[in-house]
Amino acid sequence: MSLLKSLRVRASQGSQYVADLRSAVPRGFRGLPVISDASCASECRACAEVCPTRAIALSPVTLDLGRCVFCNECVQVCPQEKIAFSANPRMGGGTREQLLVRQEAEEVMKVRASATFSKLFGRSLKLRQVSAGGCNACELELNALANVNFDLQRFGIEWVASPRHADALVLSGPITVAMANAVQLAWDAMPEPRFLAVVGACAISGGLYEHAQSVERGFLGHVGPALYVPGCPPHPLTFANAILDLLGVA
Amino acid sequence: MTSSVLVHAVAVARLPSFDVHAWRSELLERLTAGLRVVTLYGRRSHEKEGTVIITAVLQGADRSLQVLRTCVDAQLGYHELTTERPALHCFERELHEQTGLRVAAHPWLKPVRFQGQAQAAMNDYPFYRIEGKEVHEVAVGPIHAGVIEPGSFRFMCQGEQVHHLEIQLGYQHRGVEARLLQLPPARLAPLIETIAGDTSVAHTWAYCAAVEQLCARELPLEVEVARAVALELERIAMHLATLSGLAADIGFLQGATSYGRLRTTAINTLMLLCGSRFGRGALRPGGTGMSLSSELLPQVLDNLELLRVDLAIINDCFLSARTVRHRLREVGVLSRERALQLGVVGVVARASGVACDARDGVSQGAYQVQPVALCTAAEGDCFARAQVRIAEMDASLGWLSIMLARHPGFARSRPPLPALAPGQLVVSIVEGFRGEVVHCLETGASDTLVHYKVQDPSLRNWMGLALAVRGNEISDFPICNKSFDLSYCGHDL
Ligand code: SF4
Repeated sequence: MSLLKSLRVRASQGSQYVADLRSAVPRGFRGLPVISDASCASECRACAEVCPTRAIALSPVTLDLGRCVFCNECVQVCPQEKIAFSANPRMGGGTREQLLVRQEAEEVMKVRASATFSKLFGRSLKLRQVSAGGCNACELELNALANVNFDLQRFGIEWVASPRHADALVLSGPITVAMANAVQLAWDAMPEPRFLAVVGACAISGGLYEHAQSVERGFLGHVGPALYVPGCPPHPLTFANAILDLLGVA
Repeated sequence: MTSSVLVHAVAVARLPSFDVHAWRSELLERLTAGLRVVTLYGRRSHEKEGTVIITAVLQGADRSLQVLRTCVDAQLGYHELTTERPALHCFERELHEQTGLRVAAHPWLKPVRFQGQAQAAMNDYPFYRIEGKEVHEVAVGPIHAGVIEPGSFRFMCQGEQVHHLEIQLGYQHRGVEARLLQLPPARLAPLIETIAGDTSVAHTWAYCAAVEQLCARELPLEVEVARAVALELERIAMHLATLSGLAADIGFLQGATSYGRLRTTAINTLMLLCGSRFGRGALRPGGTGMSLSSELLPQVLDNLELLRVDLAIINDCFLSARTVRHRLREVGVLSRERALQLGVVGVVARASGVACDARDGVSQGAYQVQPVALCTAAEGDCFARAQVRIAEMDASLGWLSIMLARHPGFARSRPPLPALAPGQLVVSIVEGFRGEVVHCLETGASDTLVHYKVQDPSLRNWMGLALAVRGNEISDFPICNKSFDLSYCGHDL
């Protein structure tokens, strides 16, 4: 009886994995913004003013993905359709500057591959996630990387329980005062070689909590991230592609 | 008003003024008469230095809300009510922590989240201790083994048995409530969406409903329906996440993978409507950021049909599997009596036989035109909480298919809003997937906010978890915890 039920589940499940993570585009997703060459109405500052994280700079219009929470407010206030969001999930950078989207930006935002990382971690990468004020959206999306759809384990990339077993610390949240010490301890417990990846607007720039009283971002002052993964939260495909880019995995 | 969610507004000046003694006895009297406490909170008075304004919101059997207010000298305070009414424990602790108000003779004024100055004392806070032969303590956190939020658990055990669990939270405290007062009141949605990122829709709806009340703005039913569609998709998605985690924790891998991939379908459906798998941007004051076009509709309906068909198969397998029943039954029991005493809400309360659901019996809006079934179970154990989640997903899917047949499309709308009415207190309640989300907004003399109180259901339910694990094996803690599935950041704010 229970075997039959189990077989029915197996049959209904079929094959669920996303075959090609590198080219998958999630339908309807508000992903990589595109800045058109439309000219702005004179003196118009609507997008920059409405942006809750001050992600937009004007003349020329640039958008900082390290701040953007993809709220779509800027699109709605713009009289000229200057900014539009595409469904492209591929975003990220090895430096903070690479997260700036400009008018003449390329269609794909690719993290530059690192030969060192490729050699060290290209075939096996263990990740330790620490949430330091993350709202559980980043955490759920990072968790989803291990589900049967995204199945990041196929590349030898896995979540581990202890920082001692980890090659990279994957940090989410703006870093609350109460977690600042724990984040440092987790980092200190990781053997070298190691690197830091910051995930989501909160971790990258403080996001909506940049000036909140209970946030203490000192850790990032002395440990520089090797990977920035934007989003609020980043789609699993965003994280997967960014990390595969960095490791130089095709 | 056409709001589908419970909204109650009063002019602050018209509230009856009680001195603190009268307030206290009035409160007790009404609770004894069978009213339920929805929230109780305070703020430092701007008008009269050194005093604290306390607001209690109660609900009667007919769902109507009542507000009881008093203003009291912070040094004098009042005599605690927790001993008589344990459901008030978290409110009185928070009140003391946030305002410095004296709550005399309170049995346990441990800070709820160690905000502000208290943060420094967090690591030295003396946990309860257990002494004697064969006793030991297990400390876990704040960082846990999985990809989850931080919190600290201290188990006091006799052998393998948990005698008591003390939960210490606050690691996620970002200062949300303070931040909410620093920004223009009509533009808070992106921030509200991050209060508890898995409950974005419910929190944002509570915010929008309150702001719309303050603007005297009625919404077309179409917008109400669109919001409710998002809320039910969020509920289905998160119940699936919980069940997937629960199945993984007991090593029932078919459950873990099936519920996990079905969650992908649920959140991808939400993404089709609003661009985000978490409903970011789905709700805005006065309107909605969602659209359902005739091109999208077939895909949405296909997804829901897939959920309906495949869920029935895995549910049948999960609920009848001997290993599942063996591991979840009679584990982590919260009795009905305890649940009522503690004032737990949502799934946790319903699984302990307490019939409470903010969607139930509404007199207008999306859940009035098509009610959604109230699901309860009697046993109060981990299995009951799983059962209630499964029943609620079925109810939500049924509701969605009926509503989308009647309203097969909706469009983005964002009409400008007038200024907020001054001197008002608005309370809104939305049934999120964990339970009731409560927002209380108070406007000052102009149209600015003088107070924004946020309450996630987790605030009240964490103590339920602490008591439910008593007498259980410590190795069963993960499944107890998962079956409650509470929010850390929603609690810590
Ligand atoms: S979508 Fe990004 S850039 Fe645009 S207003 Fe929102 S946060 Fe700012």
